[in-house]
Amino acid sequence: MKKIFQYGSLIVAIGFFIFAQWWGLFRSPPDAQMGEVQKLMYVHVPAAWNSFIAYSIVFISSILYLVRKKMFWDHLAASSAEVGCVLTALTLSLGSIWGRPTWGVWWTWDARLTTTAILLFLYVGYLAFRAFVDDREKRARLSAPLGLLIFLNVPIVYFSVKWWRTLHQVQSSPSTVDPQMVLSLRLNAVAFLFILILFIYYRFHLSRLKEKIENQIMGEIQ
Amino acid sequence: MSDLKKQKKNWVSLGFALAIIVGGLSYLIFGKLEKNIVYFVTPTELLAKGDLAYDKPVRLGGTVKKGSIQWDAERVSLKFLLSDGSKEISIVSYETPPQMFQEGMGVVVEGKLLKTSSFQADRLMVKHSNEYHPPKEGEKPAIIYKELVP
Repeated sequence: MKKIFQYGSLIVAIGFFIFAQWWGLFRSPPDAQMGEVQKLMYVHVPAAWNSFIAYSIVFISSILYLVRKKMFWDHLAASSAEVGCVLTALTLSLGSIWGRPTWGVWWTWDARLTTTAILLFLYVGYLAFRAFVDDREKRARLSAPLGLLIFLNVPIVYFSVKWWRTLHQVQSSPSTVDPQMVLSLRLNAVAFLFILILFIYYRFHLSRLKEKIENQIMGEIQ
Repeated sequence: MSDLKKQKKNWVSLGFALAIIVGGLSYLIFGKLEKNIVYFVTPTELLAKGDLAYDKPVRLGGTVKKGSIQWDAERVSLKFLLSDGSKEISIVSYETPPQMFQEGMGVVVEGKLLKTSSFQADRLMVKHSNEYHPPKEGEKPAIIYKELVP
């Protein structure tokens, strides 16, 4: 029964992802100025949004670890941070690929791009920090405040385009985007959300299994 | 070192690390960085500097004035007026502009304002708006970079 649920959700998530991408690529109109290049919106933007969700889970799990002192929350924080890093790396690389034909450059040091790069480094740093602390309890205890602190950069990334002058445009809204494109974007955002949940779930599961085995081996040695 | 002392030392170093991070971030947010973080200046701001505006590398942003584009494909030279609504600066560039470059489009140029002539741009970037619309009836969507491969 559990197996059926696991494989079922995997098939649903991947199936919906393929559907949403197909919809975006073939059923939704190209942009008048950018042409088909605009379709990058359906991967770049969902990746960015969902990375924010992943970092929010790190933030909330860190608080809950500090309150409850349950390893569950530490596993969840670490897993979400990892998936968040993958999504931010995707956001940056897809944005770069989008920037070259439209802006004319792969990269520029404006506030949005710079703060997003910092975001990636902060969470990669968080994961590296975890790897440096051997003691399991201590790792959880020290990385929780770190997980809270680095979340500070998430709102900075979001508001960077409003606070400062940037090459990156400000957030679009349904009033500035054609309804058909809004629909495609929402479909793909949901598709990415499914993938995000699945990734975090598997990473979390793996993380707990790994620890169980490690504990067993340590028990046998002693 | 006793365990208790060691633990205390750890907390002190963690405290220091946190203080540095929080300090750095709050400097970023609340500090005087506002001035340095300005990605580009407008023609009005640049011209307001008077003599200080010349011969210094700067990023300049605005929109391409309608009817001001002079493009010489053979010599790869581009001239246009960059406007912010009130002031405008004449820009010269010797590179192929991004294909989205057109009248009324937002652009950011990197280069120097020369005293003798116009603004010499080393790099020209297009600043897209947050609007996305399909082509109107009868219009064809732009095909980016098609013309570069004849």
